[in-house]
Amino acid sequence: MSEAAIPDPAAPLTPSGNLRRRQLVSRLAELAATAAAVIAVAALAIVIYTVVARGAGAIDLDFIFTGYPTGVGPMLLGTIVIALVATLMAMPVGVLIALFLTEYAGSRASGPLRLTLDLLNGLPSIILGLFVFALLVDHKQQSGFAGAVALAIIELPLIARGSQEVLMLVPQGLREASDALGVARWRSVLTVVLPTALGGIVTATVLAVARAAGETAPLILATSVFDPKGFSVNPFEAMPNVPVWIYKLSEEGNPEGFTEAWGMSLLLVSFILFASLGARALLARSKRKLSS
Amino acid sequence: MSTVSPTAAAQVSGRGRRMSPLRKRLDLVGDRVLFGVCTLAALLAAAIIVLVGYQIVHGASAAISKFGFAFVYETTWQPNFGVFGAGSLLFGTAVTSAFALLLGAPIAIAIGLFLTLLAPRGVRSVVGPLVELLAAIPSVILGFWGLLVLGPFVQAYVEPTLHNTLGFLPIFGTPETTGLSVFTASLILTLMVIPIIASISRDLFQSVPAELQDGARALGATRWEVVRGVVLPTTSSGVVAACLLGLGRALGEAIAVSQVIGAGSELQSSLFRSGDTLASRIALQFPGALTELHKASLFYCGVILLVIGLASNLIAQAIGRRFSYQGATAR
Repeated sequence: MSEAAIPDPAAPLTPSGNLRRRQLVSRLAELAATAAAVIAVAALAIVIYTVVARGAGAIDLDFIFTGYPTGVGPMLLGTIVIALVATLMAMPVGVLIALFLTEYAGSRASGPLRLTLDLLNGLPSIILGLFVFALLVDHKQQSGFAGAVALAIIELPLIARGSQEVLMLVPQGLREASDALGVARWRSVLTVVLPTALGGIVTATVLAVARAAGETAPLILATSVFDPKGFSVNPFEAMPNVPVWIYKLSEEGNPEGFTEAWGMSLLLVSFILFASLGARALLARSKRKLSS
Repeated sequence: MSTVSPTAAAQVSGRGRRMSPLRKRLDLVGDRVLFGVCTLAALLAAAIIVLVGYQIVHGASAAISKFGFAFVYETTWQPNFGVFGAGSLLFGTAVTSAFALLLGAPIAIAIGLFLTLLAPRGVRSVVGPLVELLAAIPSVILGFWGLLVLGPFVQAYVEPTLHNTLGFLPIFGTPETTGLSVFTASLILTLMVIPIIASISRDLFQSVPAELQDGARALGATRWEVVRGVVLPTTSSGVVAACLLGLGRALGEAIAVSQVIGAGSELQSSLFRSGDTLASRIALQFPGALTELHKASLFYCGVILLVIGLASNLIAQAIGRRFSYQGATAR
C-alpha cells in the first residue's frame, strides 16, 4: 500500500480525467441541441417580425376593400372563393375516406389507402399545377376552378388523415351501443359517430385550409393572368388571388409593389397563424374530450 | 310504396312489433349506399394519383419522343432553338436539396432531442408548436423574405466570410452581387425541411422505451451517451425516413426557390452562383412558354420530379413501416 493511493478525504468531489471529458461532451451536446431549437425559433421570429414590421404600414381599410392600385380587395376575395370551392370539394371526399378507413376497411384495404394518402400528401405542389393545367386549362382558359381543384387535392389527404384520427377516438362503446339497439350501420355512422367527431373534423379542415391558402405553385399555372382591379366571384374565369399577386410583385422589383406584397403577406400569415394555432388548440381539446 | 298511409305506418311501427319492412329496406339501401360512397371516395384518392401521373407523362410525350432519355443528362436549355435538356436542373435540384438536408437534418434532429429529452414541459409546449409553425408559413412569403432580407444579408456578410476563409474549396467561389444564389436557395429550403424532420423525429424519440434509457443512465451513461447509445440507434431507420420525407419537400419546392436562386442555367461548382432546379424552372418558365415543345419539356421536368419525389416518399414509407412493425413486435 503506497501513500499515493489514498485520496485526500478533504478534496471536493469533482470529476476528473475521463469522466470529466465525458461530462463535458454531454454538456456540449446539450448546448448544441438547445442552440438548434433557438435557431429555428429565431428564424420564425425574424420572418414574422419582418412581415409585421414591413406590412403593417400598408394595411388600412382601402387596402382591404378596394382594387388595384390602392388596395388588394379582389385578390383577397379571389383567394377566399378559391379556398372555399376547394374545401367544398375536398371536405366531403376527405371525410368519406376517413369513414372508409375507420368503419369499413380491413387491414388489407387500409394499408394501401393510407400509403396513397401519404403519397398524395408528398406530391410537389408544382406537379399538381401541371396536372390541372393539362386537365382543365390547356386549350381552354385559366380559371379559379382549376386552382381550386389543385388546392382540393392538397387538402384531401390532410382532411382525410385528420378526420381519421378523430374518428378513431370515438369510443367503440358508442358504436356497440348503437348496434345493440338494432340501429342500422349507416344510421349510427351518420347520427352517432359523425356528430361525436364533428368538432375534430372541422378543425382538421381548418388546418387543411390554412395549408392550402398560401399555396402558390399550382395557382401560377391555373389562375395567374387576371385583372387586379376587378372584383370577381366567378370561378370559371381567371381569378385574382393573394399568393400569385405576392409572387408577381416580388418578381417585378418595384419598391411600392414590395410594400403592397408585405401588406398582403401580413394578412395571409396572420390568417394562417391564427387558423392553425386556434385549430390546433381546439383539436387538442376535442381529442382530450374524446379519449377521456 | 306511395300507398303506405301515415296511420298504417304508425300501426306497423307500433310498440312490440317488428321493424317496418319499409324502414328495413331503407336501412339495407342506406348501408349499401354509405359503403359504396365511402369506397368510391377511397378509390378516387387512388385514381387522382394515377391520373396525375398519366397527365404529366401525357403532357411530356412530345419532349419524351424528341429527346428520349438523353434529356435527363443533356445540359443545353435553349427555348429559342428548341433544344432542351434537364441536366443542369437536375444538378441544381440535387445540390440545393443535399445542402438543405446536410444543414437542416442535424439541426432538426437536435431539435427533436431537445424537445424530448432536455426541455422542461413548459418550454416544450411552446417551442414544439413554434417549430411546426415554421412549416405553415407559405413558401411564397418565405421566398419573398429570402429575396429582400436573407439574400442581401447573405451576400453582404455570409458569402464573403465563407469565401475568404474557405475559398480554397471550389464550392465557396466568388460571390455574385445580387445575393441570389444556390446558397441562399439552400438556406430557404433548410428552413422548410427543419420543421418536417423535427416533428417526426420528436415523435420517434418519444417512442423510445424509458426502461432502456433508464438502464443506460443507471450504468453511468451521461445524457449524450444515452442519446448516442440508446436513442439514436433504436430510431435510426425512422430518422432516415424522416430525412427522406424532408428531401421530398426540398426537391419539389418551386416558388421560394425560383424567387431566390437567380435562374442561371449553367453547371456551376460554386454555391454562390445562380442556378436553377427542376421545380423552379417550371414555375419560372411555364407561364411564358410559347412553343408546345417548350411546354412539353417542362412537363418532362415534372416527370423527373414526380419519379424522384414518389421514389423518396415510397422508400421513406417502406422504412417507416418496417420500423413501426419492429417497434410493435418489440413491445
